[in-house]
Amino acid sequence: MTASPLLSAFRSSLSEAWASGAGLLLPLGFFAGTATMVPFTLGSEAELLSRVGPGILWLALALSSMVTLERVFQADLQDGALDLWLQDSGSISLIAAIKTLTHWLVSGFPLVLLTPLIGFMLGVPSEKMIPAMLGYAMGGLVFFLWGGVAAALSASVSRAGLLIALIALPLYVPALIFGVQMVEGGLDSPSFLFLSACTLFALGVAPAAMGAALRLAAE
Amino acid sequence: MRTQVSSAPLLRGNGLGAVRGERVLFRDVSIAANPGELILLRGANGSGKTTLLRQLAGLSEAQAGTIERTGLHHWIGHTNGLKAHETPRSHLRHWASVWGSARDIDTILREIGLQRPANVPCRMLSAGQKRRTALARLALEDRNLWLLDEPFNALDTDGQKLLVARIEAHRAAGGAVIAALHGTSPIKADREVTL
Repeated sequence: MTASPLLSAFRSSLSEAWASGAGLLLPLGFFAGTATMVPFTLGSEAELLSRVGPGILWLALALSSMVTLERVFQADLQDGALDLWLQDSGSISLIAAIKTLTHWLVSGFPLVLLTPLIGFMLGVPSEKMIPAMLGYAMGGLVFFLWGGVAAALSASVSRAGLLIALIALPLYVPALIFGVQMVEGGLDSPSFLFLSACTLFALGVAPAAMGAALRLAAE
Repeated sequence: MRTQVSSAPLLRGNGLGAVRGERVLFRDVSIAANPGELILLRGANGSGKTTLLRQLAGLSEAQAGTIERTGLHHWIGHTNGLKAHETPRSHLRHWASVWGSARDIDTILREIGLQRPANVPCRMLSAGQKRRTALARLALEDRNLWLLDEPFNALDTDGQKLLVARIEAHRAAGGAVIAALHGTSPIKADREVTL
């Protein structure tokens, strides 16, 4: 398979995301909303907030990654585009991976960019911000990839949001554990390596799982 | 890239069968599409025309029997494969780049009668215009075998004539067509497979 189908898949996913208009901002709003509600529920003591801040951001990231996942593959199944992809493009897994990565780029990466602002609001120490952002970028990728698997598995189910959460959340746990520890320990900690391993594992396994799930969905 | 000289079947299905739940949808269906042939799949609603066509296309696994394919085919399902935000032009450009086709999109659009709505998002197109957009994919690349599911659906008289002419030209060039069709056919087939 040459690069051009992948590039076309990337371009069409981008324009699809762009066409969804305000839907693009949904995860961003969800992320910011969740994080800013925390001081109201836990109290506004600066020491407490700076301690729980990174963990809260991880939680917000995990939850907001799921907001728009439902439509990633479901639309393709319903409008017949999936059938066209399955016809000849050798590897539906690669196409699915590209779609998921594009989805992360559009809905997940902006969350990383928003992190300093919200982190600052929660009083996360500035020296922890860079490892935290790196962690969110990698963790977000893990979340979107496993979320993509869940979305592919439930592509033929209407109102699949809850099902996606049930399938994906347990898969999020390892990255969540190592991610939170990594913010504490910094880039020298073994947690960083474990988070990297989680990311690589997801990158290696999730596309194949998505491909198989999509073939099944098209049956 | 057509293989006109060979007269071996472009696709052959032997002893195909499908089961829906507890019910046998069809069994022991054999089908061979030779170059130049048009084969119609006939049958009542729910008799398994689409299922058989999807099996032939490799989209569903054949629950019984074997299928031999010789190359790529064009697939026009009962869904058009269009996104709501896509225009006919952007849809064709997208699949042209996926398939590495260098055909001129404007010519294809003109020939299928879509030059006027070429830049209108599909959510604003009529059902017939969407169908024409899907059928325009057939012109993007030469493929010997066309698998069409209710291709005449939603087409007006002009559109039907256009598609009949396309199918005839394709057959004259050594291609084969397998189409699922209900109702009266606007085109004469070599063979009909009734489910």
